[in-house]
Amino acid sequence: MTATPSTNTAATATAASASPPAPAPPAAALPLGDDALVLSHRLGEWAGHAPVLEEDVALANIALDLLGQARVLLSLVGDEDELAYLREERAFRNVQLVEQPNGDFAHTIARQLYFSVYQTLMYDRLARTVSPLAPLAAKAVKEVTYHQDHAEQWTLRLGDGTAESHERMQRGLDALWRFTGELFQPVTGLDLDWEALRAQWTATITAVIERATLTVPEGPRSGAWQAGAGREGLHTEPFGRMLAEMQHLHRSHPGASW
Amino acid sequence: MPTAQRPVSPMDTTSATGTAGAAGTAGTAAADAVTLEAAFDAAVAADERIEPRDWMPDAYRATLVRQIAQHAHSEIIGMQPEANWITRAPSLRRKAILMAKVQDEAGHGLYLYSAAETLGASRDDLLDKLHSGRQKYSSIFNYPTLTWADVGAIGWLVDGAAITNQVPLCRCSYGPYARAMVRVCKEESFHQRQGYELLLALSRGTEAQHAMAQDAVDRWWWPSLMMFGPPDAESSHSEQSMTWKIKRHSNDELRQRFVDICVPQAESLGLTLPDPDLKWNEERGQHDFGAIDWSEFWSVLKGNGPCNEQRMTQRRLAHEEGAWVRAAAAAHAAKHAARAAEHSERKEATA
Ligand SMILES: [Fe+2]
Ligand SMILES: [Fe+2]
Repeated sequence: MTATPSTNTAATATAASASPPAPAPPAAALPLGDDALVLSHRLGEWAGHAPVLEEDVALANIALDLLGQARVLLSLVGDEDELAYLREERAFRNVQLVEQPNGDFAHTIARQLYFSVYQTLMYDRLARTVSPLAPLAAKAVKEVTYHQDHAEQWTLRLGDGTAESHERMQRGLDALWRFTGELFQPVTGLDLDWEALRAQWTATITAVIERATLTVPEGPRSGAWQAGAGREGLHTEPFGRMLAEMQHLHRSHPGASW
Repeated sequence: MPTAQRPVSPMDTTSATGTAGAAGTAGTAAADAVTLEAAFDAAVAADERIEPRDWMPDAYRATLVRQIAQHAHSEIIGMQPEANWITRAPSLRRKAILMAKVQDEAGHGLYLYSAAETLGASRDDLLDKLHSGRQKYSSIFNYPTLTWADVGAIGWLVDGAAITNQVPLCRCSYGPYARAMVRVCKEESFHQRQGYELLLALSRGTEAQHAMAQDAVDRWWWPSLMMFGPPDAESSHSEQSMTWKIKRHSNDELRQRFVDICVPQAESLGLTLPDPDLKWNEERGQHDFGAIDWSEFWSVLKGNGPCNEQRMTQRRLAHEEGAWVRAAAAAHAAKHAARAAEHSERKEATA
């Protein structure tokens, strides 16, 4: 790649004409990478604020797994730092669920539950395909299975704990429900049975919620935007602020290396 | 003398090898106390490890609880200044390193609270003492992290000073503390190297990055030297702790060792330590360094540092806001236990 002049966005970088054409990056790497990057960032905001020390460790663990996944995925597309730090909000392809602010611990657990069940089912299926992402998915599925277990355990504790925790957990599940429809919008490049994925997700989530003595939320599975908006670069307001914080230092020193 | 043959603490009721305790509880109390104390002193003098079930003087126990608790509190308060930069880390690689570091510090807190629990303390009670100001944490964390370079300076200097302090603790007479320290020191030395490497990248980077690194070192150098505590002449707990082999080197010895380690490292970093009096003393084979402003140390210790209020407020807030979560976990566990008991009762009744 030494002969290639540097370009503004890594996504447009191409192999030097002398070398054989590099295989096109898998189209799904960017949306899946953005999901992991953004959720990892949100979980990183908990550091030093968790309700017990064990959760400071656990949430950081999950954040680190996701950041690891994001780095592998984004590196398939281009330079991981250019992609993370130099894209504008509208160029991010993550689902809106992962960009939602942490809220209280129950809200964070609800987000974790919805997303980790999705990731486990999705990576598990992806690992069995011939996709170039299959090896990554096989490794990631082990990590996200732990994330799912963590979220399920806490959903049970909070749902079937005290009256206050029950109410907070229900509120978290209800508030984030409208961001769950987007999870099953087909992602370009991922040849999966999305309807089956949705059915299995719903069955798993329903079982956990009912065991936790909570109620499966009703109502629309998407907000005012059509489901799938995040995948097309339409995000919610808090996301812009999140990116401003994340990108400001990197952008303040153009061209610097860290 | 193998540890198991030493008299067992009368406090210990869970001991699996109960017979060893019989020697300690028989005979007159006064004679016992003398024997126990002598056995303890002999064990410490012979560099043996004292274990939780061994008899130990109350003052030894209290000193350890205080020291381990302060150490544990420092680990968890120490998460704050660095977590301050997680969401702004300028590359994904650095972000991963920083997140892992802050997670390690939480883990250190966990090992240390567990070590304190082997002495009969409880984590909840120790946290209450931290929150009410009855127990302290290292004053170094009352300084702010103003730029990204501060993350590097903390790793290099603060973790570096912590290692210098803690490596001798790996040979501390109290077993659980010594073992926790072995694990902690291994991780702290990663932190130290990562901090150094972060600063090196800045120092060799753009002019602005170099200036950022120098500024951070200027601000963190003197507070790091204060981490070893007051000069030997003014240190209140030192002598007894030395006899008990909880402490093995004086504050001034450790401080000197740290300075001697840092000087060549600063040179390789291409950064200047902010002390015009710092120079090699051929005769002593050590560096001379300038006078430390101890009035600053005492003032920060008394609560007047730049961040004392902020650190405590955040800690209390995290704890208070987490109260309902801890209550829920406890309630859930209790329900679970009750259901399990009911279930096994029913099984027994039908058997
Ligand atoms: Fe630590
Ligand atoms: Fe550390």
